[in-house]
Amino acid sequence: MLIFIAKRLGFMIITMLVVSMLLFVLLEINVDGVATKVLGPYSSQESREIWLQENGYRDPLAVRYGRWLGNAAVGDFGDSVRFKVPVGDVMWPRLWNTAILGFWTFAIMIPLSLILGILAGMKEGSKLDRAISVTGIATTSVPEFASAVFLSAIFVFWLKWLPGTSSMSDGFSFKQLLLPIMVLVLYDFGYVARMTRASMAEVMTTHYIRTAVLKGLPYRQVILKHALRNALIAPFTVIMLQVNWLLSGVIVVEFFFAYKGFGALLLEASLNQDIFMIEACAMVAVFVAVGTQTIADVGYTYLNPRIRFS
Amino acid sequence: MQFDENAPVLEIKDLNLSYWTRAGEIPAVIDFSLTIDKGESIGLVGESGCGKSTVAMAIMQYMGGNGTIKSGSIKFKGVELNTLAPDELRRLRGAEISMIYQEPFAALNPSLTLGTQLKEVPIIHEGITDREAHDRAVKVLGDVRLPDPERVMAAYPHQISGGQQQRVVIAMGLLSNPSLLLLDEPTTALDVTVEAGITKLIADIAKQYGTSQVYISHNLGLILEVCDRVFVMYSGEVVEEGTIKSLFTWPKHPYTHGLFGCIPLPTADKNAAPLKPIRGQLPLPHERPTGCNFGPRCDFFADGRCNSRDIAMTQVTGSAADHRVRCERWTELDFAAEISHDEQKPPISIGDTVLEVDGMQKYYEVHDRSIAAIIAGQSVKLVKANEALDFDAREGETVAIVGESGCGKSTFAKVLMGLETATDGEVRYGGTNIGEVPVRERTPKQIGSLQMVFQNPSDTLNPSHTIGGQIGRVIKKFGVESDKVKIRERVLELLDLVKLPRDFYIRRPRQLSGGQKQRVGIARAFAGNPAMVIADEPVSALDVSVAAAVTELLTDIQREHKTTLLFISHDLSVVRYLADRIVVMYLGQIMERGTTDEIFDPPYHPYTEALLSAVPIADPEVTKREIVLEGNLPSVMNPPKGCPFTTRCQHKIGRICDEERPAVQMASNGHAIACHIPLDELRQAEPVIAVPKAEERVHVTQ
Amino acid sequence: MAEATATPSMPAPTFGAALMRAIRSFALLRESWVGMIGAGLVFFWIAVALLAPLLAPFDPNATLMPFQKPGALFPGNETVAAGTFWLGTDQLGRDILSRIIWGSQTVLIYAPLATLSAYTVGILMGLAAGYYRGWMDDLLSRVADIILSFPVLVLYIIIIATIGASGVVIIVAITFASAPGIMRIVRGLVLDLRNRDYVAAAQTRGESAWRIMLVEILPNARGPLIVDACLRLGYVIITIGVLGFLGLGLPPPNPDWGGMINFSRSMALAFPHMVLYSCVAISSLILGFNLLADGLREVSLRD
Repeated sequence: MLIFIAKRLGFMIITMLVVSMLLFVLLEINVDGVATKVLGPYSSQESREIWLQENGYRDPLAVRYGRWLGNAAVGDFGDSVRFKVPVGDVMWPRLWNTAILGFWTFAIMIPLSLILGILAGMKEGSKLDRAISVTGIATTSVPEFASAVFLSAIFVFWLKWLPGTSSMSDGFSFKQLLLPIMVLVLYDFGYVARMTRASMAEVMTTHYIRTAVLKGLPYRQVILKHALRNALIAPFTVIMLQVNWLLSGVIVVEFFFAYKGFGALLLEASLNQDIFMIEACAMVAVFVAVGTQTIADVGYTYLNPRIRFS
Repeated sequence: MQFDENAPVLEIKDLNLSYWTRAGEIPAVIDFSLTIDKGESIGLVGESGCGKSTVAMAIMQYMGGNGTIKSGSIKFKGVELNTLAPDELRRLRGAEISMIYQEPFAALNPSLTLGTQLKEVPIIHEGITDREAHDRAVKVLGDVRLPDPERVMAAYPHQISGGQQQRVVIAMGLLSNPSLLLLDEPTTALDVTVEAGITKLIADIAKQYGTSQVYISHNLGLILEVCDRVFVMYSGEVVEEGTIKSLFTWPKHPYTHGLFGCIPLPTADKNAAPLKPIRGQLPLPHERPTGCNFGPRCDFFADGRCNSRDIAMTQVTGSAADHRVRCERWTELDFAAEISHDEQKPPISIGDTVLEVDGMQKYYEVHDRSIAAIIAGQSVKLVKANEALDFDAREGETVAIVGESGCGKSTFAKVLMGLETATDGEVRYGGTNIGEVPVRERTPKQIGSLQMVFQNPSDTLNPSHTIGGQIGRVIKKFGVESDKVKIRERVLELLDLVKLPRDFYIRRPRQLSGGQKQRVGIARAFAGNPAMVIADEPVSALDVSVAAAVTELLTDIQREHKTTLLFISHDLSVVRYLADRIVVMYLGQIMERGTTDEIFDPPYHPYTEALLSAVPIADPEVTKREIVLEGNLPSVMNPPKGCPFTTRCQHKIGRICDEERPAVQMASNGHAIACHIPLDELRQAEPVIAVPKAEERVHVTQ
Repeated sequence: MAEATATPSMPAPTFGAALMRAIRSFALLRESWVGMIGAGLVFFWIAVALLAPLLAPFDPNATLMPFQKPGALFPGNETVAAGTFWLGTDQLGRDILSRIIWGSQTVLIYAPLATLSAYTVGILMGLAAGYYRGWMDDLLSRVADIILSFPVLVLYIIIIATIGASGVVIIVAITFASAPGIMRIVRGLVLDLRNRDYVAAAQTRGESAWRIMLVEILPNARGPLIVDACLRLGYVIITIGVLGFLGLGLPPPNPDWGGMINFSRSMALAFPHMVLYSCVAISSLILGFNLLADGLREVSLRD
């Protein structure tokens, strides 16, 4: 087991290295472009060349990569072109904001999807199942920007209960989080609920559930003790991977509601060609992604006795 | 709910069961009646679709969403099960009526320890404490003869073998002392020697616990060993019922008689007394004929009498026990007189040697990538799938390779077919050593001359292609024909050869039955006029009557084309019927080889002895010596240093068996046994299977 | 269901035969009303996209009369004929209905192209990984894992931000991001199917590996793949919408549903019609594909 975890961690590191290499090449191969972005489009060819020399851009690619990697390992990602401060100063607070948004979203979405999925899967084909399935399909069919529009129309303009933007300019306000959370939950719960339903429905048709019923166990025990233990393995993995999805999904929502989060930052940085910021944000994103994947894999191995004790 | 302890344990009267499908209501079981007393074991036997499993589900009142009990009554100790509330039913299940299933691994929850699953039963039903439940479970695990019960309690299902899993399932069923045990094909998924152990266990348990049993199977031989009475079902109806002795000795219904004719009993012989397949096909559930369901296939069918109205069960007169038949004409039929000897077929003439296997060896490398193994320098392990194989096959001969799972027969087939190459030794076929020629390097002629028939009819054909297309492709590939018209001609000829209608050419596999698909598989194998065909368990997945037809087809084709047949099987009855010579394999090595008679008579290798004893034989006058193997199959990666059979051998002499590989002893020219026990001692063994001579029999079988 | 062919079809199916069978399997959908609704929505939009030149009352980029409410009339000028703004106009005066109609063409050209491209790559990779196993499987699976470990949108944003947005770039980006997922699915199916006896039969007659993969194995995997394709088309459409919304989509003048919504969202308070109808349009198309996928899955399970 420990060896398995070590292997996964190793793979995680390799993935991050490979991705960082690809990113670096992609973004910094055009050194003149970098200089232009840093010094501005009106700078002269000469000043750019001097800057490039000074900052080591004329060194071989491998050396530059190594230097960057070394710096990144200690948290120095360079300075943001746009904000003119070290990248970290802008990125970490934004990451924290997104974490808050993510936390509350999951706190609502996970219990909701699991319960709905289990209820639907327990009685496959029933009216409840149909209702939950169709609702799930319908909500995942509405893209986040569209549901953001709809929900804003209802809650901001019609009912006037919630504010239209979430910039938190006067300090933290939970009210401002509500709309972004609603949009995220609405979009994502359908998928997780349907995965849970599929897993539950499959477990309910297995022979060992039949054995449990024909042993005379009360229905409640059949579900809680026999079915759930097997049915929840797949949704666990799905939920872990949703953290990965969140990083993408949150971009649209943060952009729409002007929430100062990580996703909006990445978007801004890309649109403004803020190279160092992009590199740093991408690395963080990959770290989170690979980290959750690793946790999902390890967790799946742990939860599945067939693999754990083989 | 008040039980009447004086009433029969189970009393079913006029039961009618139906399923609701898109096509409407389909009757699954019709007019079913049965009574079981305390301690009685009754067998329900029939082929697929006869409704036997449906009856078991109906007894449990668990027919699923689309099944209903249309009419009739099921009484358990006097209580009508249909009238019970769900909670009363729940208390009945597992405590009074328990069920044992066909696939033990699927029946156990993979995420809970076996101990948890076992203890639940008495805790729920009797309210005892966890400690008490634990102790009781350990005791019952001992009763089902599982070694080391405490370890099993803590284990997960995947950590024990198939046979052990089934014992756990049986233990689970017995924990609350049920009065009735339902067993649905409990040994079908297990190896033959393991099956023998379980079957014996089931028979003994019935006596020890006093439970009544309903034993469902398609295998008449197993029913003979376990049950007191038997019910034969065909297409939803019971066609005959009686005691074992009465029904097996004097079957009265043409279907029962036909079934016995399909089974390769020891008295059958592929030339002198071949199998007599039942013609025709099982009717689809919604296309049952009026009157007798078996009518269209019956040799004694009388138009006007057999198809005019529903036929009821009538008592067979002159029988001491309850022997009843559902037949219009049973009083007029005398099967003994019907036996004709025109069905004798000419023996196949054996020619020269075509295949020589000389010391063939196939090892697989398994890489263990864990750090511990690399440090120990043992990261590459060898799986010795085939070791020191030595035998030959001649033109027109049928050589059977017999063994259970893990014996290496599939690996051997793969090497022959070129899907693998031998690690050492030679396999000479048609002059070349094909052991080292993978299939991609063989000429089309070579490939066409050595083909295979596969085991699983549902997988043997590609579901997305037409029958004609698939056979045609083979013809083209082997270079037999290249012109489109000629290819089509040849395909149609092949369809004729396997007795399939020509318009199957455009059909897809989905539209064919299992037996028909297997025939196409045979047609495909013979497309290139092969000199040798490997048949890998070609009939084990088929119903008895269908299997008989396919077996006869194979021998007829073989007779006509003088093909050498390498027949791989675990079923010694079929092997005795078909094979001229037999090779017995265990854990990759040959234990014994010789002609069929030499194998079936002493001297025996201990493994052969056990295998012979394990084969169920549906002839009540044949006696068998009982040999039950203890111990486990060793892992292929860690085979014993000496004789591979040492961990289970009932005649193990001592340490020499563990340490040294036995030398091959020649009991006669061509009969080899690999054992440390000296030949003279082996020769003194009693025959395992004793077939009485025809004159001594109570009734004539063939 | 016997085919009424005079000459037998050889195992490599002709395109015509495959098309016939595809049409017949759509007819099976009749059994699932969910699938029927989905199919209806999808075909509706396909029809709209095909008939765009006939249906759209105005040029989608012509700035005519800003801020018109739905139903307002356009009196006509020297170059443009008179007509009705059935869904109103946006803040630049462009007819919303025409933009939606022409936007459907954009979506229904790029989404299927991107999906098809992703499937081609994914199927080839999955077949190779599942059939050959060994080092090829290891390598391809690792590569797939690496790509999949990237949050999708982040990937798109970075690619498009560095290379610039254009139709080809979007298709390539979507292919790059989707192919690993498809590869995983195909690989799983191949791992299961390759153990079937008919594959062994093909191997024992010396068929080449690629022939076995494409002719013996792939046709039997089409059920789950078709269902996945419908679902994936839905995702791709969402992606194209999101990219348009974020300003990373296809450059003008193509009317892009996502871009339309972003462009007018500040007006949504006073003029909801500017964003509402595009939202409904894109949601209904995605819903169509999702329902179709669900219906196909139901029907295939019933077989």
